[in-house]
Amino acid sequence: MSASPEVNRQQAALVRGTLEYVAPVPGAPKPDPIFIGDTINRSFGGLVAVDVSHLEVQRGSITALIGPNGAGKTTFFNVVTGFDPPNSGTWSFEGRPLAGKPAYRVARDGMVRTFQLTKVLSKLTVLENMRLGAQGQRGEGLFTALVPGLWRRQEQENTDRAIAMLEKFNLIHVKDEFAGALSGGQRKLLEMARAMMANPTMLMLDEPMAGVNPALTQSLLEHIKELREEGITIFFVEHDMDMVRDISDWVIVMAQGTVIAEGPPAHVMRDPVVIDAYLGAHHDAALTETGESLTKKADA
Amino acid sequence: MDWLSIFQNSFTQMVGVAAVVYCLAALGVNIQFGYAGLLNFGQAGFAAIGAYAVAVLVVTVGWPLWLAIICGVIGSILFGLILGVPTLRLRADYLAIVTIAAAEIIRQVARSVTLNDYLGGSDGISGKYAADWYALNPFEGIDFFVLRFSKNDLWVVLNGWALVAIIALLTWLLMRSPWGRVLKSIREDEDAVRSLGKNVYLYKMQALVLGGVIGSLAGVIFAMAAQSVQPDNYATTLTFYVYVIVILGGAARVFGPIIGSMIFWFLLVFISELLNNAVRAGYISSDILSTDQIGQVRFMLVGIGLMLLMIFRPQGIFGDKKELALDER
Repeated sequence: MSASPEVNRQQAALVRGTLEYVAPVPGAPKPDPIFIGDTINRSFGGLVAVDVSHLEVQRGSITALIGPNGAGKTTFFNVVTGFDPPNSGTWSFEGRPLAGKPAYRVARDGMVRTFQLTKVLSKLTVLENMRLGAQGQRGEGLFTALVPGLWRRQEQENTDRAIAMLEKFNLIHVKDEFAGALSGGQRKLLEMARAMMANPTMLMLDEPMAGVNPALTQSLLEHIKELREEGITIFFVEHDMDMVRDISDWVIVMAQGTVIAEGPPAHVMRDPVVIDAYLGAHHDAALTETGESLTKKADA
Repeated sequence: MDWLSIFQNSFTQMVGVAAVVYCLAALGVNIQFGYAGLLNFGQAGFAAIGAYAVAVLVVTVGWPLWLAIICGVIGSILFGLILGVPTLRLRADYLAIVTIAAAEIIRQVARSVTLNDYLGGSDGISGKYAADWYALNPFEGIDFFVLRFSKNDLWVVLNGWALVAIIALLTWLLMRSPWGRVLKSIREDEDAVRSLGKNVYLYKMQALVLGGVIGSLAGVIFAMAAQSVQPDNYATTLTFYVYVIVILGGAARVFGPIIGSMIFWFLLVFISELLNNAVRAGYISSDILSTDQIGQVRFMLVGIGLMLLMIFRPQGIFGDKKELALDER
């Protein structure tokens, strides 16, 4: 990132501001989309998990993807990040087509994701987990690895960056522990911090708050807002409606694989279509996490 | 009881030819299984490729030894690629099935009657593969206290352990580098590594081929030491002993395979020597155990020893108990 944080901040605010003028309808075009998906379809046998005709994500925004259990949110994430091959569809990121690219190339292009069930590398220390996230490491080649002189300086730079990031995410005191020894909430933080090590343009968080205690939730929210201020686009799946209301600039609602509504959080939560599909009579209460994968299996 | 001879044989075999060969094969498996989490059950096949390359190319074709060794290494690289291309994208168990089958295919082809003229069938190939190399040996044999090696064995063992030292050093260098970090991360969770922009498939292929090349060097040393190859030396038992050695020493530890191999061969020889002497000296009645049953009984006893190790020290000799405990969370 060449621009100064201040410039980024102003730009991000500006770009977010323009969302006010976007019509709150499913598939609405955005003024400056960083991600555009078209006719993305993924079926498992007879079950259509994802069938999205058009979806755009605004650059510099925090966009939430919500929907009832089994709506296809995680499958949609898996498809666009290259972890799950779709039956059909095209999508592009910053103008570059991504369909058919393997997951590691998607990440290199700047679209970095985390997972619903955290994937920390248990037998590596927290610091090693962080170092792994850094991109373009010279020491990651089989032959260059044998000559420490080629990569030692870069490794030091990555370590410095990792330590700064760990401090930000409140994990510095556990940096030498095995990642497997961390609590669930700390793992969520570590996964997010590690994804940040990869210098993403768009960070895709799959249920960042699942299993995190309320005290930590608050600091996690602050981190996510801070990332937006740095000019990073955040696209996240979440069940916690308080969180969605609190931090998102734009909300996309999926149900049964399709986008049924989108708009600013306040607007979406009043939308009768959404209330019917998802919120039901209890839309004022915070929804609790209820094992989505189980439901999905039952559906299949 | 001839205690001197018992200890002499045990300690000699602890650092003997078999220990070197199995140690090399185990160093390869340690990279694949210990660091990268790849279940390669075909290490015997890699070793067979190295051994047969030397035997066939030197004896039958008449090439110089060094060229034959290079061909063996290239052969093992190709074997690794053939195994890896279809299986490394799949789950780990598929690799285990494919590698064990592929190693058996190699052994069955080597002992087939049709190729008798080229590969020697079940008798294998004997001959002077390495006469020039043995001629370089400046040392005489050794007979010092508990170590006793013939001139040729000493040369094999010295060169073999030197090779082990070089490979252990390379492993150590690799595993403390960012490359090794990616490998260990793949063992923990492939998808996490993919999500961070690393080409997991490439790393797994590199690990499989690298471990296989080291396995083929085990075969090369085996063939040069014995001056013969027999296909049944490269059966699945070799692979399983190698896994025992890796787990015994502690997987994903540079010195694990080295110490593991030494302990394995010491125990095996020590138990059989001890039983042999005890039976002959009448301490164990020949009604209970006859000398020709000892070969089987020693494996039972080693097996019991391994079970005890797994119960009381599941991480192996060098392993870290703290690391192992993480699996249970």
